[in-house]
Order: sequence, then C-alpha cells, then structure tokens
Amino acid sequence: MKKLVILGAGTAGTMVANRLVRTLKMNEWQITLVDKDPVHYYQPGWLFVPFGIYDKKDCFKPKSKYIPSQAKMIQADIQCVEPENNRVILTDRTVLEYDYLIIATGADIYPDETPGLNEGEWGKSIHTFYSMDGAVALADKLRNWKGGRLVVNVVENPIKCPVAPLEFLMLADWFFHQRGMRDRVELIYATPLPGAFTKPIANKKLSYLLETKNILVEPEFMIERADPDAKKIVSYDEREVEYDLLVSVPLNKGADYVGRSGLGDALNYVPVNKHTLLSNKHNNIFVLGDASNIPASKAGSVAHYAIDLFGENFVRYLEGKEMHETFDGHANCFVESGYGKGLLIDFNYTQEPLPGRFPIPVLGPMKLLEESRLNHLGKLAFRSMYWNILMRGLSMPLPPTMSMAGKWTN
Amino acid sequence: MSTRMIAGKTVQVNEEGFMTNPAEWTKEIAEELAKEEGIDCLTDAHWKVIEFSRESAKDSGKAPTLRTITTGAGVSTKELFMLFPKGPAKKVARIAGLGKPEGCV
Repeated sequence: MKKLVILGAGTAGTMVANRLVRTLKMNEWQITLVDKDPVHYYQPGWLFVPFGIYDKKDCFKPKSKYIPSQAKMIQADIQCVEPENNRVILTDRTVLEYDYLIIATGADIYPDETPGLNEGEWGKSIHTFYSMDGAVALADKLRNWKGGRLVVNVVENPIKCPVAPLEFLMLADWFFHQRGMRDRVELIYATPLPGAFTKPIANKKLSYLLETKNILVEPEFMIERADPDAKKIVSYDEREVEYDLLVSVPLNKGADYVGRSGLGDALNYVPVNKHTLLSNKHNNIFVLGDASNIPASKAGSVAHYAIDLFGENFVRYLEGKEMHETFDGHANCFVESGYGKGLLIDFNYTQEPLPGRFPIPVLGPMKLLEESRLNHLGKLAFRSMYWNILMRGLSMPLPPTMSMAGKWTN
Repeated sequence: MSTRMIAGKTVQVNEEGFMTNPAEWTKEIAEELAKEEGIDCLTDAHWKVIEFSRESAKDSGKAPTLRTITTGAGVSTKELFMLFPKGPAKKVARIAGLGKPEGCV
C-alpha cells in the first residue's frame, strides 16, 4: 500500500480527499488526514455574523461528515514534517510515514504579531471577524454599539479573502443605516495597499461605491502598533488613526509547524510551482489551498479550481508523466456591497477583473464587476453549494481555468 | 500602456509610471527612478533591498511585501521606512522595476 498523508481537513484538504478517493485506485492507497480541530468552519460565513445575517450555527459542521469513508482521519496537532525522512511527527509523538504528502493547513490570524492588538482591549474596543469567536463577539459589540469611529485595518497582505474587509465596510454602512444611526458612525479603511481598489478597471468602475457610502480610505497604512489606551493605531511612518471601534484583520500566516519543519517562507507559506502546486524543494510534497505561496487570492475558490485540475495531474505525476502546467490562479468571488446587492469578480494570475457577464448554468448570466441583486443571492446560495458540491469533491459546472467568454475587453 | 525614456533607455510603463517589464530594468534606471522618489543617492543598504526584491519577484512574479523584504533582506521595518520614506513597499517596487503592490480588485 502506498501512503498519502493530507495535513489539514479544512476546505482544501476535504475537497482533495474526496476527489482522490475517486481518482486513485483505492486498493493500492492508504489516505490519512490529520487535523487538530473536529469542526469544519464555513469561513465565508464569518463576514455575515457581525451583522446578524448569519449566526454561529450557520457557519460550521462536523468535519467527520465530509471525510470520505475510505480515508482515515486523525484528530491531532502536528509537531513537524521531516521531508528528508518522508514522515510527519504529531505532537503526541505519533509518527506517520508517507510516500506523498499534501499540505493543506491553510492560513490563520496572528494578532500577537502586532503590539497592542491582543492585549487588554481585544474583544472590547478591538475586534476581528477573521475567526468564528471573533465574529460572534463582534456581533455582540455591534448590537449594542452607540456609534463613533469604526476603523477597519488590514495589518499586512496577503490575507484570506482580500475583498472581505471592503465587504465588511459596505455591509456596515447598510447595517447602521438600517438601525437609523449611520449619521453617528464614521467608516474608515486603513490599508497597506495604495488604495481600496488597486486594479485600474476595478478602480474606475467601483470607486463610486466608497464615495456614495461615505467610506474613507487611509492608504499605504502599515501598522506598527495599536495603542489600546489612547484608542489609536500608529503606522511605521508615524501616522495615527484614532478609533472608537477597531476591526482588525491581523497578520495572516501559514501554520507554525511549516516554519518548524523548514518548509516555509517568511510567513510560513510553502513555496511551490504556481501551475502544478508541487513544492519547490521536495518532489513528493504538494501544497493546496491557502498554505502555499502562490500569488493568487487566499480563498476557497482558488483552492477549488486548483483541486479540479490537481486530481488528474496527480495521477499523471504518479505515472511518471509530465503534469499539465495548467493552474492559472483562477478565482471568482461574490462581493457583498450592502442593501441586498453584490458584485461578482472573475480573474486569474494575469487577468484583472473585467466587467461583462458571467455565464452560470441554471442561475443564468450574472453581472461582472457591477452591482446586482442576483449576485447577492448567489453569495447566499453559495453556502449550500459549498457543503453539498464542493466539500463532497464534486465538480461545479464551471471550467477550472478562467474563460474570457462574456467579458468586455474594451 | 506607454513608453518613456529613463536613463537613456526606452522602457514600457503603466499610467502611474511603474515599469511593466522587469527585464528592461537597469541599475541606471533605478538611480533615476530613485531620484524621482526623492532619494538622491542609493546606498549599499538601498541596493541590498532592491536586489533582494528583484530576486524575490523572479520567483513569485510579484513585488514582495514588506515582511518578505524585512525577513529576506535582513532589514528592520523602521530601517526600511528610513531608506524609502513614506510607503516603502510602493517605492521599492517602482525603483526595482516591478509592478505596484496590489490586491485582487
């Protein structure tokens, strides 16, 4: 029996396990998944929790429900990988040997990396929606908040779901309007990037959103520290932004064991070939989902399209054939813009999001880079597709690489 | 997309003056672009950062983030802000002939 170990049973790990039990000859393979957490979170749902659109129970299911019966699941924490010995050591000292390893342990937030964030005011005047508990605590906070200056700050890129901070602000605008207190709330976006929109076409098409919603942007803001007593964040170039409520997107990093195993870059992401997802250093380690350093969005959508191609590529690789260098960084994402509307963006490593129409079977063509009610409904409907199609390892009726069909290029 | 002459060489640039083909970059161009960014003289410390960033972009195809630079080139973030005041990520990217740091939209 050949041994395949998959580290992480979240979005990418679960999808690839379900895919591979069908593409591999399972009488020749033993597949083992390792994850410390028995709960599978629907992370796209966290955005909606602070505003009471979803609550906690809408955002999780037991992992065991989605692990294929042909694979073994171990609930444990990972101490390290020893790539030279082809084995994984768990914190309880269990040793797992592998012929092939898939790293799919994603990325997580590290608020401790920014002085002042995770101290006395964390959970009081400093919040995040980048964790289940954080999103629930923020919902409590917003329910009773009397208004003031709400600052959303991204500590550093890359982050999971790079559009989520903007979506949060647009939903906040809607939420406070609904509650009749928008005039008592200032909304500010402090981002390390040169602006809220950095791609030329998106910038041209979407800047009006922030203007009409009166969301102010503090660009190129690299936070050095939060000052929780003075309620302000301070940048490396000594700019200060005061807040009454800080919604932080803390530094995102790959898992600590990746660093301990010498497999990661400065942020514990594993360097890979961005088309095949094979590790640059080890020819029997692949990295799927947010855990790699590919220059794509850290998003379930990217993991899904990559895995669509990986299933077949992996079999080719095992047969000693050349892999199709096919993954193009494709992602498509619904972007909530508030008031029951949303946008849809479709892009890859080289093609920025364009306006046009996105052909989706059944639901019909959806507007790209333009607000519509259908896009919002699409985003809400996606939760059921996530659990019933994607996490079962089934294919969506969409091509894995990006298509220019329906996109307007002039 | 347009072209402009920098340090005696015609190169492709985008609307904001970022070079779009890193292969057209030369050290002389870097010196010229640095002056436009208000840095009159590129010291060894500047070059260490610029060279690291070009090396990093060769692998990733993207201008590196600040944390990648500080870890990889061994400079502190404070130091980086002193070398390339007011927005080092963007300045380093422009001087090194790489694209502007950007998000997905």
